[in-house]
Order: sequence, then C-alpha cells, then structure tokens
Amino acid sequence: MQTLGLRFPEILLWSPLIAGLLCFILRNDKQSRNVALGSSLITLAISIATLFYANDKQLSGLKDSYVWLPYIGSSFSIGLDGMGHLLTFLTALSFPIIFIATSKTEYKNASSFYGLMLLSQTGLLGVFMAMDALVFYFFWELALIPVYFLSSRWGGERRIQATFKFFVYTFAGSLLMLVGIIYIYLQTPATQAAMHSFSINAFYSLHLSFQQQYWLFWLFFVAFAIKMPVFPFHTWQPDAYEQAPTAVTMVMSGIMVKMGVFALLRWLVPYFPEAMDKYRSIIIWLSVIGMLYASLIAMKQDDIKRLVAYSSIAHIGLMCAAIFTSTANGVQGVMIQMFSHGINIIGMWIVVELLERQTGVRKISQLGGVAHKAPVLTIMLVVIAFANIALPLTNAFIGEFMMFNGLSQANIWYAAVAGISIILGAVYTLNMVQKVFYGETNTLTATIKDINWNEKLVLAVVVIIIFIVGVYPQPIFDLTKEAVTLFATKGK
Amino acid sequence: MDIKWYIELAVALFSIGVIGVLIRRNAIIIFICVELMLNAANLLLVAFSKMHATAIAAGKAAPTVVADAQIFVFFIMVVAAAEVAVGLAIIVMMYRNVHSVDVNFLNRLKN
Amino acid sequence: MNNVLQIVWLIPVLPLIGFLINGLGRKQLSKTLTGIIGSGVILGAFLVSLYVFFNVKSGNTHVAHYFNFINTESLNIGFDFQIDQLSSIFLLIITGVGFLIHVYSTSYMHEEDSKDFAKYFAYLNLFVFSMLLLVMGANYVIMFIGWEGVGLCSYLLIGFWFKNTNYNNAAKKAFVMNRIGDLGFLLAIFWILNKLGTVDYHSVFSAATEAKSKLTAADITGITLLLFVGATGKSAQIPLYTWLPDAMAGPTPVSALIHAATMVTAGIYMIARSNILYTMAPATQTVVAVVGLATAVLAATIALKQNDIKKVLAYSTVSQLGYMFLGLGVGAYTGAVFHVMTHAFFKALLFLGAGSVIHAMGGEQDMRNMGGLKKYMSTTHITFLLGCLAIAGMPPFSGFFSKDEILAAAFEKNPVYWAIGWLGALMTAFYMFRLYAMTFLGQFRGTHEQEHHLHESPAAITVPLIILALLAVVGGWIGIPDVIMQGGHRLEAFLEPVFKSSNDYVRAHESINVLNHTKELGLMAASVIGALFSLLYAWNKFSKYQKTDAEETGLGKVLANKWYVDELYDKIIVKPLQSLASFFNNVIEKKLIDGFVNGVGRAVNYSSRQVRLLQSGHVGNYVLMMVIGILILFIVQLFLK
Repeated sequence: MQTLGLRFPEILLWSPLIAGLLCFILRNDKQSRNVALGSSLITLAISIATLFYANDKQLSGLKDSYVWLPYIGSSFSIGLDGMGHLLTFLTALSFPIIFIATSKTEYKNASSFYGLMLLSQTGLLGVFMAMDALVFYFFWELALIPVYFLSSRWGGERRIQATFKFFVYTFAGSLLMLVGIIYIYLQTPATQAAMHSFSINAFYSLHLSFQQQYWLFWLFFVAFAIKMPVFPFHTWQPDAYEQAPTAVTMVMSGIMVKMGVFALLRWLVPYFPEAMDKYRSIIIWLSVIGMLYASLIAMKQDDIKRLVAYSSIAHIGLMCAAIFTSTANGVQGVMIQMFSHGINIIGMWIVVELLERQTGVRKISQLGGVAHKAPVLTIMLVVIAFANIALPLTNAFIGEFMMFNGLSQANIWYAAVAGISIILGAVYTLNMVQKVFYGETNTLTATIKDINWNEKLVLAVVVIIIFIVGVYPQPIFDLTKEAVTLFATKGK
Repeated sequence: MDIKWYIELAVALFSIGVIGVLIRRNAIIIFICVELMLNAANLLLVAFSKMHATAIAAGKAAPTVVADAQIFVFFIMVVAAAEVAVGLAIIVMMYRNVHSVDVNFLNRLKN
Repeated sequence: MNNVLQIVWLIPVLPLIGFLINGLGRKQLSKTLTGIIGSGVILGAFLVSLYVFFNVKSGNTHVAHYFNFINTESLNIGFDFQIDQLSSIFLLIITGVGFLIHVYSTSYMHEEDSKDFAKYFAYLNLFVFSMLLLVMGANYVIMFIGWEGVGLCSYLLIGFWFKNTNYNNAAKKAFVMNRIGDLGFLLAIFWILNKLGTVDYHSVFSAATEAKSKLTAADITGITLLLFVGATGKSAQIPLYTWLPDAMAGPTPVSALIHAATMVTAGIYMIARSNILYTMAPATQTVVAVVGLATAVLAATIALKQNDIKKVLAYSTVSQLGYMFLGLGVGAYTGAVFHVMTHAFFKALLFLGAGSVIHAMGGEQDMRNMGGLKKYMSTTHITFLLGCLAIAGMPPFSGFFSKDEILAAAFEKNPVYWAIGWLGALMTAFYMFRLYAMTFLGQFRGTHEQEHHLHESPAAITVPLIILALLAVVGGWIGIPDVIMQGGHRLEAFLEPVFKSSNDYVRAHESINVLNHTKELGLMAASVIGALFSLLYAWNKFSKYQKTDAEETGLGKVLANKWYVDELYDKIIVKPLQSLASFFNNVIEKKLIDGFVNGVGRAVNYSSRQVRLLQSGHVGNYVLMMVIGILILFIVQLFLK
C-alpha cells in the first residue's frame, strides 16, 4: 500500500487525462459520454481513497515528484495537502455530478466536448496539487484553455463576445501572475541543479523586501482577484456564466473560481506578510463593498443564471475578505466554504439546467408555478436555495459563520456591513424561488414534468452533502486543520 | 592627412544621400543617392582602416586587429552591385507597368 | 448516567422523525396516518417533556453534550442541550400547545389533498423540532440554529398556499424581516465569542458576573442591544413588527402555534435566558422597556380598527409581546415568562376559535360579515369568550395575573410605564370585545349561503378549544401574587434558580422601592375596573353593529391603515434600495465598470486603427521615419546615456 499511497496524486491526474484524450480519438458521441462518466467516477473513487490516507503521517504526505526541467530548477512535483486535498475531492465529486445531470443534454460533436471537459478537470486537479510554481502555472492555463473552447463552441448566442472577454480578462491576469512568478523565481537562491528554483518551498523560505512585496502583491492579487472574481474585476463573470453551456458554467463557478481563492491562500498569503498587513483593510473593504454591490445587482436580474452569478460574486467576496483577516476562524471558514459553495452552486445550476431544458427559457419573469408540476424539483431547489443563503444546519452556514466570525475579530464593522448581504441574499433568493416555483403556472411551465431518476439522484447527493456537512462538519475541519494553522500564522 | 577631412567628406556625402532619398521622387535618383550613402560608409571604412594601420605601425596602438577593415569595403561593393542588379530590374519593371519612375506611384501595396 | 439525559434527546428527535416520515412518505401515507404520526410524535415529545419537567422540579438541571458541532483550535462549539427550569417550562408550552394544535389541524386541514396534508404536518413537525432546538440549546449557536429554523418553517407555512402571490409576499416579508433581526443576533454571538471565546450560557454568564470580567459594561450593553435587535425581529417588536400581521396569510392553526404561542416568544426566551446580561446593562433594559411599551400601545391602537378577525388577533399578539418585553425591561423576568405561558394558552385558544369561525364561515375572515354566531357555535362561543376575558385581564382568568405582575413591576420602575401600559390594557379589552361582539353577538350579516353552512366544528377542533379554555382560565393560578395569597406564586419559586444571579445583582446594586400591598391592590383594581368599563362599552357598542359603507375618517383612517408604517418602510427603505440596485445595475455595472473594461478593448482597437495609417505606402515616408528613428537613436546614444 505504501507505494500506491505515494502515487495517488499522479493517478488522479492520469485518469481524466487519458480518458480525455481517448474521447478525442473515439469520435463517437455515445461512447465518449460513457468514457467521460466512467473516468470521472474512477477519479472520484481514487479521490475518496486518498481521503483515507489524509491523516496518515507515516506516508510522509501524498506527494509525487519527477525531474522535469532540471536546468531551470523546476520539477514536476504534485501533492495532496489539507486544503488542496479538499478541493481535489470537490473536483472529483463535481464532475460525475455534472456529467449525470447534463447527460440528457445533446451536444453537437459530443466527443470533443467531453474530451475538453476532462482536460479541464485534469488542469483543475493539477492546480490544486501543484507544489512547484511553474507546474502551477502550467495547470492554471490547462484548466483555462479548454473552458475557453467549450464556451465558444457550445455556448449561447453571444458566446463569442462573452468568451473573448472571459479569456482576455483571465489571461491578462495569468500573465501578471507569470511576471510575478518569474520575478520571485529570480530571487530564489541557487540549488545544486540550477541557478534558481520554482519549488514552493523555495518560494516560502524567501524573504522579500517591503518594496518588492508591495508591487508583487498587486500582480498576484489582481491575477487571483480576476479569477475569483472580486469586485471590480468581476464583469466577465455574469456574461461568461450566462453564455456558457450549463455544464461548463458548473465547472467555472463550482470549481474554477475556487482556483482563485485557493491560489490566494497558497500562492499569495505566505509570500507577502508585510504587504498583507499594509493592504489588508483596503482589500477587506473592497470585498465587503463588492458583496453588497453584487447582492444589490442580483436583486435586479431577470435571468436566473445572471442572478446566481452575482450571488456567487457576493459569496466569493466574503471569502476574499475572510482570507485577508488572517484569523484562524476566517481562513478555516474559507476552506470549508470553498467546498460548500462548490456543491451548492452546482446544485443550483442543475436546477437551472433542468428548467431551461424543459421550458427553453431562463427568465424569472416568464416562469412561475413550477412547484405544482415538479414538486420534487422544487423541494430540492428550496433546500439548495436555503443552503445558498446559509441557513443553519446546511453546509454554507458553517463556513459563513466562521468567516463572519473572522471578520468580526478583525473589526466588528466589517461583519456588520458584510452582514447586510445576508439580508439581501434572502431577498433575491426568495424572490427567485417565489417567482419561478410558486404562484400560478403559465403556458411555458404547464407542461413541465418532474425530474427523473438520474436527476433525482444527483440532486439527492447534493442535498445529502449539504446536510451532512451542515450538521457534522468535523471531518473537513480535521482535514484542513494543519493548513489553517500554517496560514493563520504566516499571514499575521 | 588628418582623418577629420575624410569624416567630414563622408558625412557630407551621406547627408546628401539621405536628403536625396527623402526629397526626390525619381526612383533612379533615389537609387543613386542610396549608392552615395553606401559609398560614404565605404570611404569611412577605408579612412579609419588606414589610420589604424598607421597607428599600429607607429607603435601607438596595440596590434589587436588582424583583419584589414578594407575587406569590408569589397563586401559592401559586392552587395551594392547585387542590389543594383535587382533594384534596376525592379525599376525597369515599374517603368513598364506605370510608365513612370516616380516612387509615389508605388503605393499600391496599401489597402 | 442520568435517566433524564438518556431520553432528553428524544424531545427534538421525535418531531424530526415525524417530519421525515411525513415528508418522505407524503405520497403513500393516508391522511389519517399522517395525522396520527404528526400528532403522535408531538404527544411523545410532550410526555418526555413532562417527565423532564418533574425531574427538573425536584431540583436537577442538566447539560447534555452530544457531539462537537464546530471544533477547531480557535473555536469550540458543542451540540449541547441544557435542561433547566426555564427550558422545561418552554418545552411544556411548545409540545403541549403544539400537540393540541396538531390535533386541531387534522380536522382543520382536512380539505387539502393528502399530499399537501402530509406536507403541512411535515412542516409543522419541523417547526416544533426547530423550536425545541431553540429552547434546549446550551449555547447561543444552537439557539441560533433553532432561531433560523423556526424562521424557515414560518416562511414555509405562511406561504403554504403558494399559488397566491400575496401569501408568498407575506412569507418572504416575514423571512427577510426576521433575517434583519438575525443579523443582530449573529453579531452579538460574534461579540461574545471574540471577548470570551465561548458561547456556552454557563460560561458566558459566569464570565459576565465574575469580579474581573473580560466583558466591560460597554461590551455587555452592546451585546444585549444586538441580542435585542434579534428579538425585535423574531418577536415582532418596533421597528420589525410589520411582518406578523401579514403572516396571518398562513393556515390558522399555524398562526396559533407559530405566530402566537411559540415562535414569537423566542425573543422573550432569549432575553430571559440572558437575564443576567440585561440586568447588568440598565441602558439596554430601558430600551427594551420603552420599545416593548411603544409596541404594546401602537399595536393596540391599530387593532382597534381592523376588520379582519385574524388581523385583530395578530396585532393583539404584537401588543401582548410588547407587554412581555416591558416586563423584561423592568426586570420582571418571571412575569414575562409567566405572560408567555398564559398568552400561549389564551392566544392559541383565540386563534383556534377564530379558525373554527372561519371554517364555519367557509373561509370568510371579515368580521363585518359575521355576527350572531353565538347560536350556531356554542362551544366555540363559550371558549372564545373565556379567552377574551383572559386576555382582557379579568380576574381570576390567567391573563389577569401575568399582566398585572408585569404592570406592577413597571410601576416600581417608573409610574409612567404603568400609566401607558394601563392605557394599552384598556384598549386590549376594547378591541377584544369588539371582536367578540362583532363575531358572536347581534345579527348574522353574511350571505344566505354562508348562513346555511354555519355549523359547530367537529370534536378534533372543539376538544383542543375546551382544553385550552380550561388552561386559559386556571393557568394563572400558579402565579398568584403574595398580596392575594401568601406563597401563591409557585412559578416564581420554580424559576428562582434561573433568575437568581439577576436578583442578587439587583439587590446588590439597586435600591428597589417595593410596592406596599395597598398600592399594589390599588393598581390591580384600577386596571380591572378600567378594563371592565372599556369591555362593557365595546360589548354594548358592537353587539348592535350594522354594516356601513362609510369610509373611516381622520384618526380612524390612519389606524385602519396601520399608521401607514408599511407605506413608510416602502418609501424610505424598499424603494431607495430598489433604485440603488437599479442604479448599480444600469449605471455603475454596465456603464462604468463594463464601460471601462470594454473601453480598454475599444481603445486598443482604435489606436491600432490609427497606427495603421502610418503605413501610407509612400516610400518617402518610410525612409523619413527611418531617418528620424536613426536620429533619435543617435540623440539617445549621445546625450541621454
């Protein structure tokens, strides 16, 4: 078992990568769908298996390292540690859910679609496991580019424009980050093999001067802020979510935005302690204002996808603010919330997808009375919606409670102002629930049928996770405990 | 003779060439002016080479440069000759097409 | 291990099981089975509560730890239950009254089809579960879980008939206004957590009272004020009371259980639970008392002019809750809890009675179309009358004892409180007997069809009414003041341990001017006589009520329109917020931010178009640029190095 344990990160990457390439070769829509689903389930199984080894100290971590580009000091090292581990699990869990939920949706040229989806999964898994800055950057782009093709080929009417905006935005961010990475790389001391090193440990042990920190901080922050996205770098998101096919929107909102949050924690907070201190309050206020701003705008949206997009911006704003409090509670809350938010928003999108597939519209004003025709769907949606506004005993409550607690430790006013978004969240979410699901049916919704077994299954999985994490979150705390201690002390 | 005079002559020739290229529209004149500039450079090369050789002979400079710079002049002349061959051919073709050697007619690449 | 601890978890788990069975099996279960399960689990919880109560009565209190809810290095919150005198009283009220209302519902909701029927019971069970969590939690976080849980159930039940948009709006309004309060509560929790690192009641209260407390006076004032904000939301006090009257959109038993007997008293429970903190923060106490008093009177004035039978009861609930807060504000914690209890009896009774009337009237709620129901529905009539007498504060009915305890305490604190409270009590008697007279006395004013349909309700409805009527009559006898019977206040003796530290604190820090017996009797007489007069006046005036089409004028119109508070909120909060949202959406988002982002793109486009013009195709230009370039390089090389 020892050897198997040590190879886990690598196996995790191989599974979607091989299956993804296989999809391209197959050129058969049905087969490639099965391959995609099968491989995502295998990935999930591997990921679950890794969880059993999470606290196994004997295994010296779940790490893999290969010689990659020795002459420039980069090695292909990937590994599973607390925070990344949780997110790889989220990634592995999300893809089967996404594939099953959207299995009824027909895609033209489906083999390429599934191939690209799996490549994107490979990239995402790699991002969460990378232990080397160059590897990190490589996977960061690997996750981004398939999504670009997915959105621009299978998206909605304005897909080209929206996707172009998304791509330019995130790519600009990536380049800023690349500049930052190279700069830091050039500061690292020589190793035996090369002049400098891209290894995360070399980065961590580096002490940058205040001046360097101050401008590097912004390079990295803007890159990650675009990805998350944090106000005012967010305008690509509603367009991209609206125009992308729902399966891709799930990947983007459920997992990709977590890349930004994760990167903030792993690749920004530990480097720039002084810059963190200096800019802490600016960024927290920016995030808090962004929360209120996004919540207010969400109240005005008619398209459900845009509404969820803005609500996601509000939630992510809270995570960003909580990270910058550098409190143990805040950071712990962020970690659990990354997982919860991923699950909840994917659940939300599934409901949107089911509605759109049956009625052909996503406009809140055109729907109504769905609850009469599809009671099971409604119950699931109501649970997910209430999880989205962080009702206690759902998963999001734990995270939000801890993040708000972190904010209040930094300054009670942060928590008070940000808390208004809790109220606004209730307003727009309930509004949506009411207008879409309650009231009288109309011609569009009169023919809706309730969901069938596979949709029931995935939504039930989502709902069950919501409650399990909401009632007994302790396993996640245990998994991420060490990471929290590290970051809370590093950031101070 | 002092190197100064060579430099001044070369600068003068070069400037005449530049100005000629800039203000004249006749392709052949421009061509001649380009040659003038090349030869200004040649003149300088020859002059400096001679000066340097004299300095080494007088023991005033370290004999570092082994290759004689005047070889470059031959290179330039060869290149210029090749250029003339191609350039004049272009001008002839141009005259055949537009019945003029005015370069301002040669803006068809635009758009 | 202790017997009680072994079974106490059953109290919330039983309703949860009921919720799950009814919720998941709603397609399979018959209505009878649903009713039996739904009511049965509550009965079970009631029996366990009763057992727990007698155990507590013999002097035992317990804290049961189940598992760690949140346990990290910096935070440790357990899933703990606390069983003591206060929670056991509330357990009895919730499960007892809850059981009666469940039984009542089996008949009241019988016309729904079986799926909805099961859904209704599932929600009701879930509500009881949340409410039990709220009162059983041993720390503020567990209380908060229940706190939001009851808000959720309230939302679901108000919007139970979800086809109706108005009902949905009412549900949404209730939830959102509750959330505003919840934010206050949450901030209070954080404040406590940041100062003390714990939210367990026991640790918090002992930390507050110890000599070198980590909590300063300002902290305590802040915390108590924020907690009170939470209470104003849940217990419908100014400024967050407007959701409660709208919440009457839900089925009547729901109004009885959630919006009269239990959920809305959560705020009182919270403050009574945190009594020591409030006692230590006199400024907050004043705020609580003044807000309570203002709500009591304001709601009472509105109730005077309402014509919807449930609206009158709703405003009366708001008003009575105001009295409870007055009691809390003046330090009469026992009085407030006492009033919670008696109010649960008589207000549940009144709502259920109103439900019986509405049922008989075929859904009609407007009192102007009722009248003379006395002869058709004798049981409902008698029980309703007893309820009215109880709420009006007639001795020896239960409301008399609890209300007078609060008013007496208010007088001790400040006679002005008493005077205003007394005025409110007169109005209470007036509007209740206006309601009674318009409904049961005089001539029937409805349509013929309705008259034909009038009938007494079945036993599942009348039996709970009779039991509640009985309780409304005798419920006050456990709290007879000393002035009438020495040692008659058994409730005070029972609750003494809960409020002990508060009482000690008051004794140590304040000089209380205890009322002498003559004065106290005088106050009682004043309120009884006043109430009696206004009662008789209303009885006399409205038993001869005739329908008129005349519009209300002057003050009457203002009252009928609820002081235009809803309109005011709409104007100063909802509308500006909406326009702000529109402004953000249309201007800032689309024009400013997106405009900037797209502007960058356009600028790149534009500048490349301009730069392209340099490629004129004129050889001369190219050469000129080359020369200029060379010259610039020269200059840079020569001068700028």
